[in-house]
Amino acid sequence: MSDRTMANEKNNAGIIQGGVHQNHLHDSAHKHVSGTAIYIDDLPELPGCLQVYIGMSEKPHAKIKSIDVSAARKAEGVACVLTADDIPGINDYSPVMGDDPIFANELVEYVGQSMFAVAADSIDNARAAASLVKVDYEELPAILTIEEALEKESYVLSPNEMKRGDSATALERAENRLKDRILIGGQDHFYLEGHIALAIPGEDDDVLVHSSTQHPSEVQHNVAKALGVSDHCVTIEIRRMGGGFGGKESQPALFASVAAMVAKKTGKAAKVRLDRDDDMEMTGKRHDFIMDYDVGFDASGRIEGIEFIQACRAGNSADLTGAIADRAMFHADNAYYLENVTIKSYRCKTNTVSNTAFRGFGGPQGVVGIERVIDAIANHLGKDPLEIRKVNFYGTTDRNVTPYYMTVEDNVIHELVVELEADADYAARRADIRAFNENSPFVKKGIALTPVKFGISFTTTFLNQAGALVHVYTDGSVHLNHGGTEMGQGLYTKVAQVVAEEFQIDNNRVKITATNTGKVPNTSATAASSGADMNGMAAQAAARTIRNRLTDFAAQKFQVKADEVRWLPGRIQVGAEEMTFPDLVKQAYLARISLSSTGYYATPKIHYDAQKMQGRPFYYFAYGAAVTEVEVDTLTGEYKVMRTDILHDVGKSLNPTIDLGQVEGAYIQGVGWLTTEELVWHPSGKLWTHAPSTYKIPACSDRAPEFNVRLWDKGKNAEETIYRSKAVGEPPLMLGVSALMALSDAVASVGGYKIHPGLNAPATPERVLDAVDRVREAAAG
Amino acid sequence: MTNVSMTVNGRPVSADVEPRTLLVEYLRENIGLTGTHVGCDTSQCGACVIHVDGKSVKSCTMLAVQAAGCEVTTIEGLANGDDLHPMQAAFRENHGLQCGFCTPGMVMSAVDLVTKNPDLTDTEIRDGLEGNICRCTGYHNIVKSVRAGSNAMKAAE
Ligand code: FES
Ligand code: FES
Repeated sequence: MSDRTMANEKNNAGIIQGGVHQNHLHDSAHKHVSGTAIYIDDLPELPGCLQVYIGMSEKPHAKIKSIDVSAARKAEGVACVLTADDIPGINDYSPVMGDDPIFANELVEYVGQSMFAVAADSIDNARAAASLVKVDYEELPAILTIEEALEKESYVLSPNEMKRGDSATALERAENRLKDRILIGGQDHFYLEGHIALAIPGEDDDVLVHSSTQHPSEVQHNVAKALGVSDHCVTIEIRRMGGGFGGKESQPALFASVAAMVAKKTGKAAKVRLDRDDDMEMTGKRHDFIMDYDVGFDASGRIEGIEFIQACRAGNSADLTGAIADRAMFHADNAYYLENVTIKSYRCKTNTVSNTAFRGFGGPQGVVGIERVIDAIANHLGKDPLEIRKVNFYGTTDRNVTPYYMTVEDNVIHELVVELEADADYAARRADIRAFNENSPFVKKGIALTPVKFGISFTTTFLNQAGALVHVYTDGSVHLNHGGTEMGQGLYTKVAQVVAEEFQIDNNRVKITATNTGKVPNTSATAASSGADMNGMAAQAAARTIRNRLTDFAAQKFQVKADEVRWLPGRIQVGAEEMTFPDLVKQAYLARISLSSTGYYATPKIHYDAQKMQGRPFYYFAYGAAVTEVEVDTLTGEYKVMRTDILHDVGKSLNPTIDLGQVEGAYIQGVGWLTTEELVWHPSGKLWTHAPSTYKIPACSDRAPEFNVRLWDKGKNAEETIYRSKAVGEPPLMLGVSALMALSDAVASVGGYKIHPGLNAPATPERVLDAVDRVREAAAG
Repeated sequence: MTNVSMTVNGRPVSADVEPRTLLVEYLRENIGLTGTHVGCDTSQCGACVIHVDGKSVKSCTMLAVQAAGCEVTTIEGLANGDDLHPMQAAFRENHGLQCGFCTPGMVMSAVDLVTKNPDLTDTEIRDGLEGNICRCTGYHNIVKSVRAGSNAMKAAE
């Protein structure tokens, strides 16, 4: 049956296909499995399309005395070579601060920094020509570590402080006090599709760029800025990315700008596609942190005062570091009430690639910090860490104000954790593990339950807005567009479900279309987990406008009251009559009713004073918890995750299958970050781990043999979000923290659980082995 | 330039390419079959897996000339017209995908695994897919998909 005949048949079933709260398949699933989903590299190339290679700095910090591109310009197949001098507009692709040159011209600040571009008839010719470019550097001293940057007070932005109560006095008075330093590593995004942009020149100053980006509007603004033209000359389009995870938020602007400049200069289409090694060297990662804590607590483990110093590696420029470091501060509490607290934040400037957004956006690092503190307290007091967690949880009516003075109004962490604890049989398993460890000399097991509470909204308040565009054609088929982008998370599917629900038509009548700055302008990045919350609301508003027009029209035409027009599954009841959506639409068109509308949404209730670091930066919180069990070989440090149990709150899920997929994927990505994914820089400033051969992301065999994941069925958003659902993109990443704490628990067993292992992240086998040795020595000594 | 001919998805194809052309380039650029993806360029991620004479191969690691005269199957050739191969259907039904970039390679590897051993245990599935990286799904639904696909393949025999 064709779509058309299906649409004209009345759906007398009680429910439409693919409405909200249904397990509707990912809209592209059939294309993904058959190889017909088009990514940018799959688009047909126009004749003469140029391939662009970007020349990179070989020094971490140096003055550029000269760049000689003359030989490259004459090389085989070369159409043009661009340096800073060839940029028609402004030499900058930064999101905010103006400190990211497209091509470095006087100074390079990291190995891998973009210096020039060669466009040729093939990528091989472009690369070969680039190797002919001669750069004369005058090397300068480089800062390669956070420690060095702190020592030299090298910052990209000034330090920040968040404070509530009197931590100094509380620490002095506390019965127990612990201090330590925590190291938390960075993480490469490793989206399977690397960065790519394809520019097609148009008339006058126009250019269309297909850019693999989570933030089309920002790419548009940066391309226009580089070309020195108005924003309206530049159109950015993206149908789907092969993964994003935050890595395609601010960074695609570089590649899109270069492609667009080549296209406008040569009049030919131009493609920039990074290979994996170049992508890993050239682009920023999750921020690594050094955290110092000083905590005071009573005999029950309740925290009375705490001070954190959080220092992160920004890399060479600010990029999004300000907001990321802020979010680390906002999540230094995770799910715990910190009455007397001071958090200092340092945003260190180093001669390494500029770090950027990555799922969780600084939040996960904040969470790791406080969870480590909790474990240290537990080891110190000889108690179960879960007991310490519970003692410190936010209350529901008291002890419920965050360090930034936001009242937690929707706290469900107690209930959720108790439910998971029972589900996962935590207490009995913990006892079994202790017994096992007593009798097992080398292999030790560990278990941990960690919670997550994650704030939802962009903390930069104005970003919390979204737009959508809905057309209904006269045959009743619907065209949907919005500012959100699809990177696999199922956003397009969810928003289409919302629109289908609004019109009470089957989902296959709603055509999902590529995100395009010409259709919905001035959008925010698809980030901060806000995609479905905001774009779902905007699309609903657009559809509702049309639906209301149709209702009014039907009421008038058939002489009934508006409330006698009822939208039923697959049909509309008008008084005593029933008609299909296409029938009503056709009649409305003939009566000259507009069948197209935009929709807009701005998140309510939020406000925030960035100077004081006080307010309500988040609309609501998402919650979850995980239990992970591991097995460690204490002779080698090698380990395996044996079992995982997750309970996660996504409110009333728009699409449980898609949400579960997000939770599973995020957990594994979180575990990878904290265990095997280690970034190593050579003393020369070069990233050594620039391919999956040396940078170990989780493989299929790393997954726990027993993996139980459940969405919390009591979940419901306390706020009026789209169908009371909750954001799901980032929060579950922090469930992976339970793996790090389980490893710590296994290591602690070698010292009778009395010595805190101080296990840093990533907890590679080497680090685990070191921690085992440390704990053994301390126990013996 | 060398002329390289082979059979791709049952259809004879031929193109003049430089001898250093990789099989994946040949398929994507010369033959126009873009369902086979390139994720790492260096034989590590598995996004480019295809079948050459019935065996799975990372097509970024084989030269086109090495496949001359061979029977090649890519993700586009797996379905029977509009009917998805049981493994494709299983990935679709079990949400064994998110961004989809790894999916073609995963499906091709999975078909080869199951063809070699129709009675795979979960551990064998997990170990067998070691060479295919997925950054999105956490593999949970991929393992589920392969199990379902393998059952369906058996039932179809
Ligand atoms: S592209 Fe061939 S294995 Fe990654
Ligand atoms: S679905 Fe995105 S890499 Fe596997």
